[in-house]
Amino acid sequence: MRSFYGTDLPNPLMLGTAQYPSPAILADAFKRSGAGVATVSLRRESGGARAGQDFWSLIKDLGVVVLPNTAGCHSVKEAVTTAHMAREVFGTPWIKLEVIGEEDTLQPDVFGLVEAARILSDDGFQVFPYTTEDLVVAGKLLDAGCEVLMPWGAPIGSGKGLNNVFGLRAMRAHFPDIPLVIDAGLGLPSHACQAMELGYDAVLLNTAVAKAGDPAAMAEAFARGLEAGLLARSADPMEPRDMAAPSTPVIGKAFLS
Amino acid sequence: MIAATIIGGGVAGLCAARALRDRGASVTVIDRGGDIGPHACSWWAGGMLAPFCEGESAEEPVVRLGQEAATWWQDKTGLVTQNGSLVVSAARDQGDLTRFARLTRMSESLNADQIADLEPDLEGRFKAGLFFPSEAHLAPRAALQSLRAGLIESGVEFETRQADPQTEAKAGLTIDCRGYSAKDTVEGLRGVKGEMLVLRCPDVTLHRPVRLLHPRIPLYIVPRGDGVFMLGATMIEASAGQNVSARALLELLSAAYALHPAFAEAEVLEIGVDTRPAFADNLPRIRRTGNLIQANGLFRHGFLLAPALARMIAAQVFDNQTPEVMDEIHA
Repeated sequence: MRSFYGTDLPNPLMLGTAQYPSPAILADAFKRSGAGVATVSLRRESGGARAGQDFWSLIKDLGVVVLPNTAGCHSVKEAVTTAHMAREVFGTPWIKLEVIGEEDTLQPDVFGLVEAARILSDDGFQVFPYTTEDLVVAGKLLDAGCEVLMPWGAPIGSGKGLNNVFGLRAMRAHFPDIPLVIDAGLGLPSHACQAMELGYDAVLLNTAVAKAGDPAAMAEAFARGLEAGLLARSADPMEPRDMAAPSTPVIGKAFLS
Repeated sequence: MIAATIIGGGVAGLCAARALRDRGASVTVIDRGGDIGPHACSWWAGGMLAPFCEGESAEEPVVRLGQEAATWWQDKTGLVTQNGSLVVSAARDQGDLTRFARLTRMSESLNADQIADLEPDLEGRFKAGLFFPSEAHLAPRAALQSLRAGLIESGVEFETRQADPQTEAKAGLTIDCRGYSAKDTVEGLRGVKGEMLVLRCPDVTLHRPVRLLHPRIPLYIVPRGDGVFMLGATMIEASAGQNVSARALLELLSAAYALHPAFAEAEVLEIGVDTRPAFADNLPRIRRTGNLIQANGLFRHGFLLAPALARMIAAQVFDNQTPEVMDEIHA
């Protein structure tokens, strides 16, 4: 697994912290999955200086790396302000940068994203940009100072998995040295497994776990899916082919009977 | 005779007072704000007595203990309306309805015609819904006022002043029911901000609480009679400031508009914001240290769980029974 701005993670699971039935269940999901990173949104909790303190201290108590995000920000200015607040609250230069461009699909405004990424990188932030699988945008994000890319699998919360496998595979091939994280759209552990099989370094998800009937069990299922994908990747998978390749010899078999 | 002082006259304190008085205790309720009012979190409550719907996200005790609520409130106040609850979603969010049905019990699936039979004003607006026939609702402020009046009638004393639980406990049995105001002395308590609206919209008639499922902005709307509706409620992991955010208003009103466009013509009567007291598992707790009992953490389930909590407090006081939601006891 590639490191993220010099930090090695214990496993490829980054878990969001929103929408769980309770903070206790959230903590359980982290415990059972062993997720190494918790993303936390500041935007909605920002109702005043110290208003979110109770929840933030619960997140800190998880004992995992915190990746604050700018979820819900629709402009460069909002995202930059939120990133500064996050750095103050959590004392980390990491920021998952979201600049939302479309309310219905929550897809990133890639123009605003590149601009905000440049401003924040110049200011010493280590930016994890939520982007699409577009290679040109990806290149511009790297130029802006990002050392990690987080393409979407599918729209946030849709649970549709890897929508454009071709595009994601191309991205992996195009940026062989950049840590890549599938961010958003995963619904099932098999999707996470597939991301690992494609050579991705991590996945970030929230709704698929938080809104499962048993979030902690689903978190563990995702951890196992990731483990399977990672193991498969390292085991050098076979190449698909067009014709059947019998796994047992046919010579000498009475195949005309 | 057992004498008990209850600090906090919101839904937790008043229910505890009722339960203790009913078992023969002499009870005094102290509240810094005097009569029921906006200083109590329960003043802003929705008043849904919907244990099964809550089961979508709440733990099992909420569903089980919440089933006591409708009978209790009807018995003590006579103000309960038992018309069930309706759950609907926009066509594009049908998956959320399926999920809701899977995670809850005691619902019936409805088609468009059946929805229209229950709520004629929603005719043609939703293709599918869920009906929870055994659920109920009440008007929280009227219910609290009625409960208080009944307590005064049965000899419970009310005092208006700031009180410190430790000091009161030196004089005798004290129950701290202050909700989020007790944050500094109740270990593990956190605040969950809620924002709500009261609208008058005579163009719409609803007979029961309606929940509109939405991936980002779930809404419930509770009819209060005379064309008045309560819209709630945001759930934000933060203690409340004084003010409702523009985003919350926008989202609540958009959701109401999605339920029925006539809500766009409604008069806004009230905008409310307060902090729900909650523990990490969103379940309430009773704790006892000598003469001091803390009862807190009702979260969004004040009217739903306060009767069960009050029953357990009384059983602890009178029978020395350890409540199932007690996590600490020190002689």
